[in-house]
Amino acid sequence: MLYRDALKKAIDELMEIDDTIVILGEDVGFYGGNYRVTDGLFSKYGEKRVIDTPIAENSIVGNAIGMAFGGLRPVVEIMTVNFSLLAYDQIVNQLAKIRYMSGGDICIPLTIRMPQGVAKQLAAQHSQSFERIFASIPGLKVFTASDSITAYYGLKQAILSDDPVIFLEHLLLYSQDFLFYEINDFDITKQRIVKSGENITLVSCLKILHDSLEAVKEVEKKLGITVEVIELTSLSPLNLDLVYESVKKTKRLVVVSEEPKTGSFTSEIITKVMENCFYYLDAPPLRITAEDTPTPYNRKLELFSIPTPDKIATKIINWGREHGL
Amino acid sequence: MNKSLAEKFYYYMKLGREFELRAKEEYMKGNIGGFLHLAIGEEGTHVGAILGFGNGEFFVHYRDHVYAIARGISPKLLMAELFGKITGVSKGKGGSMHFYSSKFNFYGGNAIVGAHIPHAVGLAYAKKYLGKSDGVMVAFGDGSTNSGNFYESLNLAAVYQVPLLFFCENNYYAIGTRIDRVSAFKDLYKKAKDYMIAIQIDGMDVFEVYRAVSLAKEYIQEEGKPYFIEALTYRYESHSMSDSGDYRSPRELKIAKEKDPIDNLLKKAFKESLLTKEFVEEIDRKVEIEIEEAVEFALNSKEPDLEELYKDIFCED
Repeated sequence: MLYRDALKKAIDELMEIDDTIVILGEDVGFYGGNYRVTDGLFSKYGEKRVIDTPIAENSIVGNAIGMAFGGLRPVVEIMTVNFSLLAYDQIVNQLAKIRYMSGGDICIPLTIRMPQGVAKQLAAQHSQSFERIFASIPGLKVFTASDSITAYYGLKQAILSDDPVIFLEHLLLYSQDFLFYEINDFDITKQRIVKSGENITLVSCLKILHDSLEAVKEVEKKLGITVEVIELTSLSPLNLDLVYESVKKTKRLVVVSEEPKTGSFTSEIITKVMENCFYYLDAPPLRITAEDTPTPYNRKLELFSIPTPDKIATKIINWGREHGL
Repeated sequence: MNKSLAEKFYYYMKLGREFELRAKEEYMKGNIGGFLHLAIGEEGTHVGAILGFGNGEFFVHYRDHVYAIARGISPKLLMAELFGKITGVSKGKGGSMHFYSSKFNFYGGNAIVGAHIPHAVGLAYAKKYLGKSDGVMVAFGDGSTNSGNFYESLNLAAVYQVPLLFFCENNYYAIGTRIDRVSAFKDLYKKAKDYMIAIQIDGMDVFEVYRAVSLAKEYIQEEGKPYFIEALTYRYESHSMSDSGDYRSPRELKIAKEKDPIDNLLKKAFKESLLTKEFVEEIDRKVEIEIEEAVEFALNSKEPDLEELYKDIFCED
C-alpha cells in the first residue's frame, strides 16, 4: 500500500464514524493536498469538514486549538515541517501549555501532520528535519511514520488521542509502496523492531531508516554479522525499553538521523542508552547524521550533506572494525 | 436601563476593584508572586462586556481578574490561584495570567499578546459547525491589534462567517509604549471595518459598554457574522506590578480618573434613582466580607503536592 494511501485510509475511516473530526490546512480540500494525502476527502465530506485555509500557519494551528475547545477533533496538515515555525508560538506556547496552565481543565485532541526531510534540491528552507524541536517540548506527543503500517495505525492512534500529537511524515515516502498487513495490538509508543539481529542495534526513523536498512545488507555481508534495526515510532513519550533490551544483547549502538548532528535527537537516544546500558556496551555509540550546515541546492552538495546508504554502510563498517567486529 | 442591572454593575465592579486592590496588597506582602496585571480603572469595560454578552464562550488576555469575577467565578478560587494554591481555579499552575474554567466557558487567561484571538475564531467555527448558536467573545488589548494574530483572525472570521465578537480594550498603552507611536491608526476599530461592522465606544461608561455588547451579541447570533467593538478605557496602575508607570504624566492620570467608571455609574444611577445609598453601603459591606473570606480561603488552602508537577500535562497518562 502506498504510504500516502495508508495515511488517507486512516483519516477517512475515522472521519466516516466520527463527524467531529475535521481536516484543515493549505490546499487540503478542493486541490486535494499538495502530497495528495487528502485527495477525494473534500468531495466526500464537504468544505465544512475539509477546510481550505489561507497560507497562515499560525492561524491554522490557532484555529484548530479553538475548534478542539469547541468539541471538534481537528487534524491539521502543515504543508511541510519548515512552515511549522510560523505556528511555533501556537504549538509551543499554546497547544503544549494550555492543559497544564488550566490545571487539567482542558483537553486538546489535535493532530498536526507534516512531512519533513531532505527531498531533492528543494534548498535550505524546504529540507529540514525537526525531531529535536518538537520532541523536547513537554506537553506534546511526537510520533513518526516510516512506512504504511505506522502511517495507518500510527495516524489513527494520533487522531484518537485526546492529547496534542505532532505526526511527522517524510517528503520522499508518499509515493513509496510498502508491505501492509493487519496488526491487532499496534501501539506506536512502544517503538518497533523492523529487523532482528545479534551484533549491532541500529535505531532510526522516517526515510533514513530505509537507507539504513539498505546499508545494513552491505554491513552484514562485509562484517559477517547481523544487525537489529529498531524503528523509532514515538519520540515523545520516549519509551526505549526495546532499545535497551536490544543493546544489552548486541552490545553496540548506532543511531541514524537526517537532522544536523549538533543537538540532534540522536543525542537524546545515546544519552539514555548510556544512562541505562553503559556497562553492557562494547563500543562507543556511533551516530550518523546530516552535516551541521544548511541544506544546499546543488545535488552533489545536497547528497554530501546527508547520510546515504553507501555512507552509512562505510561508517558502520569502519567503526565496527575499529571496535572488534 | 433598569434597577437590577445597575445593581449588578455596581456589585461586580466594586467586587472587581476591591479584589484587585487587595491583590496588590497581598503582592506587596509576598503572598502573590510572578506577574500581576491590574485592571483598576477598566472595570466598566470588563463588567459591561461580560454582563452584556451573557452566555457563550469567552477568551481573554492576561489582565483577566475582573472578567473572571464578572463571569461569576468565585473570588475564593481566583485569590487562591493568585496565591498558587491547589484550590485555585487552575490548581495553582496558572497564576494571575491564566484563569481557566470550562464550566464558566472561560478560556484563559493567555499571556502571549494576541495569540488567543485565533482560538476564538476556531471555537466560533466549531459552534457554527455543531449548530450551537450562543456566540463567542474575545477580549484583547490595543497592543495586539498590531500583530499578525489579529489580522489573520479578522480575515478568517470574515471568511468563515462565524458568530464572534471582537472586543478591543484600548487603554492606549502596550506596556509602556503609547499606541499612536506604533500603530498607523489611532482609532483601532478602523482596522476592522472593512471586514465587519466595527464601532468605537466609551469604555468608562458601563451602561454604554453593556448596551453595545448586548446589541453586538444579538447581531452575531442572528446574522451568524463577526462584529467588532473598540472600547476606550484606561488603567490607573502600571502595566504590571513590576513597572513604575512613569511613562504617563500625572495630569493624564488625573484626567482619566475623573472619568472613573465606578464614580460614573454611581452618579448616573443616583440621578436616575436606580441605586440607593443604602444599597451601595450594603454591597460595600458584602464585598468587604467576600474579599476577606477569599484571602482567608487562599491563606488556609494547601500548596499543591510535589507530585502535581507531573500531573495535567496529558489527558492520557
